[in-house]
Amino acid sequence: MANLGVDFLGIKFKNPIVTASGAYGYGREYESLYPLSRLGGISTKGTTINVKDGNPPPRIAETPMGMLNSVGLQNGGIDKFLNYELPNLMTKDIRIIANIAGSTVEECALLASKLNGTAVDMIELNISCPNVKQGGAAFGTDAKIAGEVTRAVRDASSLPLMVKLSPNVTSISEIAKSVEANGADAVSLINTLLGMRIDISTRRPVLKNNVGGLSGPAVFPIAVRMVWQVSNAVKIPVCGMGGISCGEDAVEMMMAGASLLQVGAAIFNDAYAPVKIIDEMNEWCDKNGVTDINEIIGTVRPW
Amino acid sequence: MFQNKYEIIKKKMLSYDIVDFTVKSKEISNAATAGQFVHISAPGFFLRRPISICEIGKADGTLRIVFQIRGKGTDSLSKLNEGEKMDILGPLGHGFTTNDRLNSVILIGGGIGTPPMLELAKFYGDKARVITGFKTKELSILSGDFKYAGAQLFECTDDGSLGRKGFVTEELREQIQIKKPDMVFACGPVVMLKGVKQICEEHGILCEISLEERMACGVGACLGCAVKLDKGEGEFYGHVCKDGPVFSSKEVVL
Ligand SMILES: Cc1cc2nc3c(=O)[nH]c(=O)nc-3n(C[C@H](O)[C@H](O)[C@H](O)COP(=O)(O)OP(=O)(O)OC[C@H]3O[C@@H](n4cnc5c(N)ncnc54)[C@H](O)[C@@H]3O)c2cc1C
Ligand SMILES: Cc1cc2nc3c(=O)[nH]c(=O)nc-3n(C[C@H](O)[C@H](O)[C@H](O)COP(=O)(O)O)c2cc1C
Ligand code: FES
Repeated sequence: MANLGVDFLGIKFKNPIVTASGAYGYGREYESLYPLSRLGGISTKGTTINVKDGNPPPRIAETPMGMLNSVGLQNGGIDKFLNYELPNLMTKDIRIIANIAGSTVEECALLASKLNGTAVDMIELNISCPNVKQGGAAFGTDAKIAGEVTRAVRDASSLPLMVKLSPNVTSISEIAKSVEANGADAVSLINTLLGMRIDISTRRPVLKNNVGGLSGPAVFPIAVRMVWQVSNAVKIPVCGMGGISCGEDAVEMMMAGASLLQVGAAIFNDAYAPVKIIDEMNEWCDKNGVTDINEIIGTVRPW
Repeated sequence: MFQNKYEIIKKKMLSYDIVDFTVKSKEISNAATAGQFVHISAPGFFLRRPISICEIGKADGTLRIVFQIRGKGTDSLSKLNEGEKMDILGPLGHGFTTNDRLNSVILIGGGIGTPPMLELAKFYGDKARVITGFKTKELSILSGDFKYAGAQLFECTDDGSLGRKGFVTEELREQIQIKKPDMVFACGPVVMLKGVKQICEEHGILCEISLEERMACGVGACLGCAVKLDKGEGEFYGHVCKDGPVFSSKEVVL
């Protein structure tokens, strides 16, 4: 048994596997399969100030080795998160990352300030949701605006701040540098890639929103590339995600430079995916004489 | 809720494109109720396929599912054979009302919406009148099973090749005239459900309908399978996999 524990922004995670925002709700649904305490952490569903109803259905389309979603940040609002979801998660012996999404800079700052003094371990500021018209991708695809939002949230918050980056940009490193310069303690990437499917019998897009975010194993190589580029561009730690579906993927993402990981769409294929990945990481370490997972972070030897 | 690979103990074709599987799963069959569904991994595909539970064999720990080959995922599932294993997550969602005190109920199945009505027919037995509708006689399924369950069966086909020529909604109107039921249950295409909902509301009869939507998680975590609901305080999106698939017809905005 290798040590899988990692220290990320001074917070100890018992293993590097965190369930990705939006793929796991608040964990309630999976507790009958395994205790949440097996996981390193949970990044909760994107929370907005008010209740948000999301986009009309269909919201899901299958793709080769992946899927599109256009959920559109449906959630019960920050007060429900604080009064109902957080108290439950606090009893689960799991690190809690609160994913927040505002439609204006002020809203992002207000959301962050509401989390001060709560049991939340870390904020994940989503500036990259492709499924909402305001905020979201509009923040995450412009280095200057990304920096401004980050600064406003940094000033409003006393918690460690991780900013979640969009892959739908020409240079993700540039955005990463901008949020680093404006006070981000860490970055997480990637959010989903904008995609589209068309039902050729009706000539209609499968998604009612026409377009949606691509995730799952199909995006893994893109995610590895971006995590590698960003880890080389910034000094702050990187939380890597996008298509991780087995222990070897997790190891690969860490070698690319991630010191914490998130697993999303893989859970839809296999509800046990997060715990299987932890077990497989352990097996890989044992087989390869790695006694501490921290040894492998960023150890890719590029040509 | 369980997820495991369960052995297929029986496979049968009910028509050229409708497959009937029985799998061994003590844990799921113990926990399952009529109208719930399972989420099945189709070999070679990323997302699972939601399929209703057709029959629960509590005594022998089995589960029966009947589905139509619609696209590539159900086609790949249909190629599994007896002795092989099926990767199933379930039971999921909440099912139909099963209440001993109801004395007369009508169950309606349209096309491939018929299978989930069988377990319910087994519960209500001779208190149930079952109305099924198919395009034509060759596509009709499960008649023998409904009769064996003790229900009275009224079949309809679009072309009149079996039973009544016409829609299940016409048969429903007639059956209500003969004897007003305590409750109506339905599963089938949306146009049919709209008709059933309207007729039941006209007559003040409680009605439950089972809905479909594209799913990812199947358990209520991803919020993918949205359906417009209205419980009297304005419209909002609920989720088929968790709030349904069975809904009170009054709550659903079709
Ligand atoms: C709760 C529930 C119960 C169901 N019960 C049955 C049943 O008992 N028997 C039966 O024959 N069919 C049932 N269906 C429909 C069945 O899930 C679809 O026919 C099947 O998913 C199609 O998959 P495919 O790969 O063959 O088609 P494709 O069109 O290739 O599938 C592409 C994607 O769309 C999804 N999809 C396509 N059609 C539907 C649909 N109608 N509903 C939901 N997702 C869809 C698929 O799951 C897949 O993710 C049920 C659906 C739901 C939601
Ligand atoms: C259904 C669904 C909902 C999502 N909702 C959110 C969200 O609310 N906030 C967010 O930051 N990311 C959201 N994401 C993105 C994921 O957190 C993750 O960044 C992305 O899916 C890539 O990882 P994966 O391939 O492991 O799923 C969502 C993804 C999916 C599939
Ligand atoms: S499919 Fe995920 S919430 Fe219903």
